[in-house]
Amino acid sequence: MGLMSLFGRSFRHGVHPPENKDVTAGVPIRRLPFPPRLIVHLDQFIGAPARPIVKKGQEVVRGEPIAEPGGFVSVPLHAPATGVVRDIKLMPTARGPRTPAIIIDVYEASPQEVLYANPPNDFDSLTREELIEAIQRAGLTGLGGAAFPTHVKYADPPKGDFPPVDTLVVNGAECEPWLTADHRVMVERPRDVIAGVRIALRASGAGRAVIGIEDNKRDAARALEEHIGEDDPISVRTLPVKYPQGAEKMLIHALLGRKVAPGRLPRSVGVIVSNVGTLAQMGRLLPRGEGLIERVVTVAGPGVKRPGNYIVPIGTPARFVLEEAGLAAEHAEIIFGGPMMGMDVPELDIPVTMGVSGILVREPEDGRASRIWPCIKCARCVEACPMFLNPSMLGLLAARREFGKMRDDYNLDACFECGCCAYVCPSNIPLVQYFRLAKAVNRERAG
Amino acid sequence: MDAMGLSLAAIAVIFMSALGMMLAIAIAVANRYLWVHEDPRVERLDEMLPATNCGACGQAGCHAFAEALVREEVQPAKCTVSDPETIERIAEFLGVDAGEEEKRIAMLACAGGSHVARMRSHYEGLATCRAAAVVGGGPKECVWGCIGLGDCADVCDFDAIHLDRHGLPQVNPDLCTACGDCVDICPKGLFSIHPVSHRLWVACNNRLHGEEAEAECEVACNACGRCARDAAPGLIEIRDNLAVVNYEKNDLADRKAIERCPTGAIVWREEDGRIVRGRETRRIVRDRPLPLKCA
Repeated sequence: MGLMSLFGRSFRHGVHPPENKDVTAGVPIRRLPFPPRLIVHLDQFIGAPARPIVKKGQEVVRGEPIAEPGGFVSVPLHAPATGVVRDIKLMPTARGPRTPAIIIDVYEASPQEVLYANPPNDFDSLTREELIEAIQRAGLTGLGGAAFPTHVKYADPPKGDFPPVDTLVVNGAECEPWLTADHRVMVERPRDVIAGVRIALRASGAGRAVIGIEDNKRDAARALEEHIGEDDPISVRTLPVKYPQGAEKMLIHALLGRKVAPGRLPRSVGVIVSNVGTLAQMGRLLPRGEGLIERVVTVAGPGVKRPGNYIVPIGTPARFVLEEAGLAAEHAEIIFGGPMMGMDVPELDIPVTMGVSGILVREPEDGRASRIWPCIKCARCVEACPMFLNPSMLGLLAARREFGKMRDDYNLDACFECGCCAYVCPSNIPLVQYFRLAKAVNRERAG
Repeated sequence: MDAMGLSLAAIAVIFMSALGMMLAIAIAVANRYLWVHEDPRVERLDEMLPATNCGACGQAGCHAFAEALVREEVQPAKCTVSDPETIERIAEFLGVDAGEEEKRIAMLACAGGSHVARMRSHYEGLATCRAAAVVGGGPKECVWGCIGLGDCADVCDFDAIHLDRHGLPQVNPDLCTACGDCVDICPKGLFSIHPVSHRLWVACNNRLHGEEAEAECEVACNACGRCARDAAPGLIEIRDNLAVVNYEKNDLADRKAIERCPTGAIVWREEDGRIVRGRETRRIVRDRPLPLKCA
């Protein structure tokens, strides 16, 4: 241990971008007013799109299911506000394609109480399978960004030889700069978080839970520790600040010293990872039998007048959130998620989905900064890549459109687009964009 | 010493000649038993063919095409790159019928240049359509339409595609060999290869209905269905808010179908390659790009 504990254990490689979290980290979470219109995409999570169970013109009550899961890897959707279904049609997404969405005109005069819920869950009488079903009924997905249906993680994998799950890793790293949504949730709702961890422990069958929190959130770690009971097998571990600590493979390595092979799931080393925001919702919604209808979103960046963390109903258009928080810049770059892994939003009518942890507004850069220079082969990207890939070589191949070779010879598919390589590149080469397009082309060619 | 040196030299000479002889025999034997018989005509055909390896003939390349020609599996006219004289020469050389192949060209299912299609944001980054498409589907309001950064013009080996002043690719039918490279490169899948006899063409890929479609692009198909009603029964149908021509009934196609199209999404290509819009189609005189839809 000696030296290791002195420097703090973490994963290898990675970067240290400026954190910029001070602006929002100390401000309590506030609730936004309800927007006049909500756009709830049926495919806002990974897996089969949900199937609508409401019709055009139908009135819906806040919390009522409006779509049923389209399969096992899918979740139901719940009405984020009381109103009337205006239409179900193709609406723009941050990913790109226009996909079907339920559009709800929100009743202005409604008190917006949650009047609908499944019967409350009595946990002691539930079996593990029933508990996992209850998680699906709540419509929970990974709120850290990927929006992968939570119950699928906890259910036993249908095929493949996996060791039994011994540890539940709770991801409170929040390594993305600017974002403080998980931080505020841990500080303000530690009871929900710990309740969620207890449920998740039962659903996973794991013997212990480890909550990983970066060093810059000590108040969050303290708040959680206060709510851990004597006999709870839950521990909180602080980790040195480093990006991308919140990537599940990095976090498992940092906390447990186990390595997850590229293309494998955390389950292959007996671990399930859940985001702390997801578990806070689990701890809050499951006992009441309610569904996921809102989330905490960090609104920040140089172009925002009133930065902070806001409770935003799922489906609120970005325009509404930014009007409420105050948009300072006339022309700005809007990012859903953090600056490292987030997605540029091409228009403001795109709604906040389950996976949107932040809305950042950046001032446009001057021309010089956006100019791309040739690769000077300095290998800084190689030093930064947490997956030990060779981004420089991958970038050169991408420029020559050798996408197949990138996948076959240089492990392109192991890249999870954390953006470390592009961040350190002195030549300003948009490496991640290259990799995303290479993956898109490879997917297209494969089928 | 002298004698010694001499004998050493003699050994070297004898050894080297023996080695040479052995290898020569090995090569001679290999040449006899490993000989691959290739029709000598293939080599001559290789010289006559354009050596562009474009693949428009459906073969792996010009050499594969030459081999197929010799096996008489294909007709010379399948090569769309060679001019008619070359095709005739090849046919004469092989003593076969040149065959007839209808000229095919790449067609773009979008007419949304910058003067008619609205942009929703300004794109900065890698200047290729493929790269722009992974950033939220591209900067145009219409997520189905042409991004206009010219991947197709870059990939075309025959210089047949150029962007016009509205940032829309224009295919030069004389130069297009229907090789299909533009079909593969376009991230929105807007190109397809059609025989020139397909005169009726829907130059739109937008799946929205009515005013919504027209708000995104002034020349979008708004799924009004007039073309479907005016055309021969079954020739055109509206599928996913888009007019779709059933080219199996192409013989029934005539200009009547396009005349009442309000936006000009369905067009008619004249014999000489001119694109004609309907009589009742809204004329667009604007030449400048539309302003960015403001936030």
